[in-house]
Amino acid sequence: MSFFARFARNRGALFGLIILWVIIGMAILAPIVFPESPWRMVQRPFLPPFAVDGMWLGTDTMGRNVAAGLMHGAWVSLLIGLISTSVALLIGVPLGAIAGYYGGWLDDALMRFTEFFQTIPNFALAIVLVAVMQPSVTSIVLAIALVSWPPVARLVRAEFMSLRHREYVEAARLIGQTNTQIILRQILPNTLSPIIVLASLMVATAILLESSLSFLGLGDPNAMSWGYMIGAARTVIRQAWWLSFIPGVAILLTVLALNLVGEGLDDALNPKLARERH
Amino acid sequence: MVYARLILLRLFKAAIVLLMIIIFNFLLIQLAPGDPAAIMAGEAGAADEAFIAQLRERFGLDQPLYVQLWKYVSGILSLDFGYSYRQQMPVLDLILDRLPATLLLTGTAFVLSLVLGIVAGSMAAMRARKPSGSVIMALALLFYATPLFWVALMAVVLFSVYLDWLPAYGMFTVGANLQGLDLVLDIALHLILPATTLGLFFMAVYTRMTRTSMLEAAQQDYVKTARAKGLAPGVIQRRHILRNALLPIITLAGLQAGQMVGGAILTETVFAWPGIGRLMHEALVQRDYNLLLGVFFFSAAMVILFNIITDLIYRIADPRIKEASA
Repeated sequence: MSFFARFARNRGALFGLIILWVIIGMAILAPIVFPESPWRMVQRPFLPPFAVDGMWLGTDTMGRNVAAGLMHGAWVSLLIGLISTSVALLIGVPLGAIAGYYGGWLDDALMRFTEFFQTIPNFALAIVLVAVMQPSVTSIVLAIALVSWPPVARLVRAEFMSLRHREYVEAARLIGQTNTQIILRQILPNTLSPIIVLASLMVATAILLESSLSFLGLGDPNAMSWGYMIGAARTVIRQAWWLSFIPGVAILLTVLALNLVGEGLDDALNPKLARERH
Repeated sequence: MVYARLILLRLFKAAIVLLMIIIFNFLLIQLAPGDPAAIMAGEAGAADEAFIAQLRERFGLDQPLYVQLWKYVSGILSLDFGYSYRQQMPVLDLILDRLPATLLLTGTAFVLSLVLGIVAGSMAAMRARKPSGSVIMALALLFYATPLFWVALMAVVLFSVYLDWLPAYGMFTVGANLQGLDLVLDIALHLILPATTLGLFFMAVYTRMTRTSMLEAAQQDYVKTARAKGLAPGVIQRRHILRNALLPIITLAGLQAGQMVGGAILTETVFAWPGIGRLMHEALVQRDYNLLLGVFFFSAAMVILFNIITDLIYRIADPRIKEASA
């Protein structure tokens, strides 16, 4: 069975993929459909959805177009989710690989370090980091990456530990490959499928983290984001609940889609496990 | 004896982690753009030149970094978390004042989510091949993907604004001056929405864990033996599968404690619950870095304490661990 056929056999995953493409489409089309800044006030404030032509989702407390915010917010969410996950992989994969490949005291030291980061409450650490570095896309990405790399390191370490004594690794060693070559060319390619699955779930968590941070007012002041929209509408929840409701549905759908896609990838990349599970 | 040694060892490890967090906090202050003294004083009007100079002298900011670090660490070790100039109170007093509310909220949410999660997860495991099992798992995935603060807000809209069943803000009715049982009932009523919304996400997590863990336990040989003996399926589910599946859940639940504290920050902010999570939000809004780092330290300490407790429960529940590690 082809990779996509295995993926598509999981109907939830297919559904997730469709939602994800819609969100990606929103992000890409945002500057075309709404070329103006989503921060611009364009109409009377508090217009409910569908009340005025051209304002499908109404306006917020300041008269900004909710639909424009939603589409531009898709871009910000996906961007921050992807970049922070990449940075987390850049920290976690090398640390896990070194710890798992070399073992011994190096492994001990690196795992203590990882445990330390796992003990600290994630979200509280992210808040403190962003607050001290001042809110910006860079500080948010860094903070999310710093709190999400430990599971990557643990996963990669476990994979390396189970693979480092395999015959093909011994063979590579015999023909004189260096440790770096063995790590990069022999073992790492064989650990890719679990890393990919974990990464897709991490993007979902990163988007949740970003929205929570901007909800608390720690978003980049120049980037319109879903969390910010909910946070800004919080005080008027009694008068205009939909202002909080709409961006929340967007977050929910994106995170749900990424989780479903992650499960589908897991099924497609580890067909043996998938059969046991279902 | 074994437990005493174990607790000592865990406390020693915890002390090291806490010390690292203190050092980490110190580095964070150094990392912040601008003058640390100005940051500590807060960025608003209170920070005049004389005051900043006084702070600089007090924290020895003109001295080498290691001297500053030593002063900072020894300050915290003598329980001096600094002064919150915004709230006009020592940071420690502010935190201790708010801590019970957070413990009540997170404790309730934890028990609620663990119990409901285990029940839902084992039901899903027993109905693994039936539609009802899939429905439970779909719901769990939905709650897992829902932003916590959004659920909280929507709960306010539905249950407080439209239905008017439950209070949406605070911990007790302001000005009611209730005593005894009435006060307990009042707090319980205010607790329902925050604890449920905070627990929902974790319930989803525990449901998924329980199902996986139970399906794994069902593959074991002793389950086959029990089945071969002719035991009733219900007895096998409860005594053989669930009991063994619970052990990994306890460990994983302990590891989730840190997330629970993080979730409390959001829930308390939405529901104006007077705990340390809301205190952290206040510190954020007011740029009160002393208070922010103090709350951060305490939330980490809470998580460590909670991890030790679950570790002990785990060891009491599973005597095999004792031999392996003591």
